[in-house]
Amino acid sequence: MSALRALLVAATALGLGATAMAEDKPNPPADAKAFQDYFVKKFPKVAFDDFVNGPYSMNADMRRQWEEKEQFPPYEFALEAGKEMFAKPFKNGKTYADCFPNGGIGIRQNYPYFDDKEGKVVTLELALNRCREANGEQPYSYVKDEMASLTAYMAYTSRGKRFDIRIPDDPRALEAYEKGKEYFYTRRGQLNFSCASCHVQSPGERIRAEILAPALGILNAMPIYRSEWSGMGTISRRIVTCNSQTRAVPLEPQSDEYRNLEYYLSYVSNGLPVSGPGARP
Amino acid sequence: MASSIRVRAILNGENAEVQTLIQHPMDTGLVKDAKGELIPAHYIQQLTFTHKDKTVFLADWGTAVSKDPYVKFAFKGAAKGDELKVSWVDNKGATDSLTATIQ
Amino acid sequence: MRHFPRHFPRHVSTTNVMKKIVFATMVATVCAGSARAASEADYLAAAAAAESANKEAGRLRNQWTVTQAALNAAKKAAESGNFDSAVKSAQEAEALAKASIVQATSEMQRWKDLEIR
Repeated sequence: MSALRALLVAATALGLGATAMAEDKPNPPADAKAFQDYFVKKFPKVAFDDFVNGPYSMNADMRRQWEEKEQFPPYEFALEAGKEMFAKPFKNGKTYADCFPNGGIGIRQNYPYFDDKEGKVVTLELALNRCREANGEQPYSYVKDEMASLTAYMAYTSRGKRFDIRIPDDPRALEAYEKGKEYFYTRRGQLNFSCASCHVQSPGERIRAEILAPALGILNAMPIYRSEWSGMGTISRRIVTCNSQTRAVPLEPQSDEYRNLEYYLSYVSNGLPVSGPGARP
Repeated sequence: MASSIRVRAILNGENAEVQTLIQHPMDTGLVKDAKGELIPAHYIQQLTFTHKDKTVFLADWGTAVSKDPYVKFAFKGAAKGDELKVSWVDNKGATDSLTATIQ
Repeated sequence: MRHFPRHFPRHVSTTNVMKKIVFATMVATVCAGSARAASEADYLAAAAAAESANKEAGRLRNQWTVTQAALNAAKKAAESGNFDSAVKSAQEAEALAKASIVQATSEMQRWKDLEIR
């Protein structure tokens, strides 16, 4: 036991030493460039904009099936429901459009953003529920159904617009970004996986029957209809499920960690078009 | 409520290519809900496509078909502008139908 | 593994008596490890230790699903009066919780090794 502890202390000390040397100032634009270069170099045959199509950009066979399916996409019902819900006024007569810039149309690419009043990251899903609460309505579950339908519609009206996530000149925004990055690379759960273990190290590889999507552009396709779920899922649902699949206890949807993670992951995908709602096997 | 059926029928040479997506839970009766209670079976039993009073496609379905099923087939003998009627009936006696125009 | 047959070559046939002696020795050895059956107090102590470690993991925002599963198994065994099994599961839960703490602590620095630069 004491030998193990000594080993641990030594390992921690080594880790500290190594980072102290490599410690440099946070530099999000350089991060994003390195991140995007990594994927472009790893997959020279994949067109940059195609990364938003996840596994379909990596596997020709899946792509053929998907292209056929896209003529009749499985998210169509959710999209239609979302459109109706979005237009339907709340009990007080106001609508979602009143809560968002440009009436909520074509704005998906600007989410999440850093809210300087709250000092935290605000995601689209969070903004939608806050809009409901501000108008005296009950918030929706973050993982599926109504939330997925609403975000599906909002993504659809923004298709093709390029992600444009901003980090304002505010130390709290930079800190949120850095924390999101830390969450992305931190191993967790009994299986000792980080987000990066699958979506940076092994995109295009199989994990059981699935083909892993690249982290680059992974949020651009959200929300998604997953055949495995036989239904729609939001970004919250995707992250929560990733956690539990590595045998980590998921955090509350829209907890600070998840909001920061979404901020980081969206920022490094800046420049890629919105392709959501998406369909995945 | 919008129709539970989506149809696209396109004439390609002598073949009318038909694609359909139907919104239906297709519960098998074997799955439990969050409270641990069985969700009763609820599935489409028969799906029919009719062109000029003639059934061109008939499917007898059971619980093995997925939720929100998708069907694709082709048939001969149709012309542009013809009507194609789609209808289903499920094990609870519910039914829905839609008439599409072949394009 | 390769050297195993040196001690028990296949061609030497062991008599039934010998087999019984070997078996009895094994049983005795196993029993010596746990001189008495576990009591409810043992279970409660083991479960409390596991809960406390898991709480610490929760503070580090890094609990494992398997920890709670082992704790639930321990509780179930205790309710049916099987305290040996309850203690074993609770100890497993504590080990898992402690492993999750080690992971969270080491990852505070180690995550940087994975970063794309």
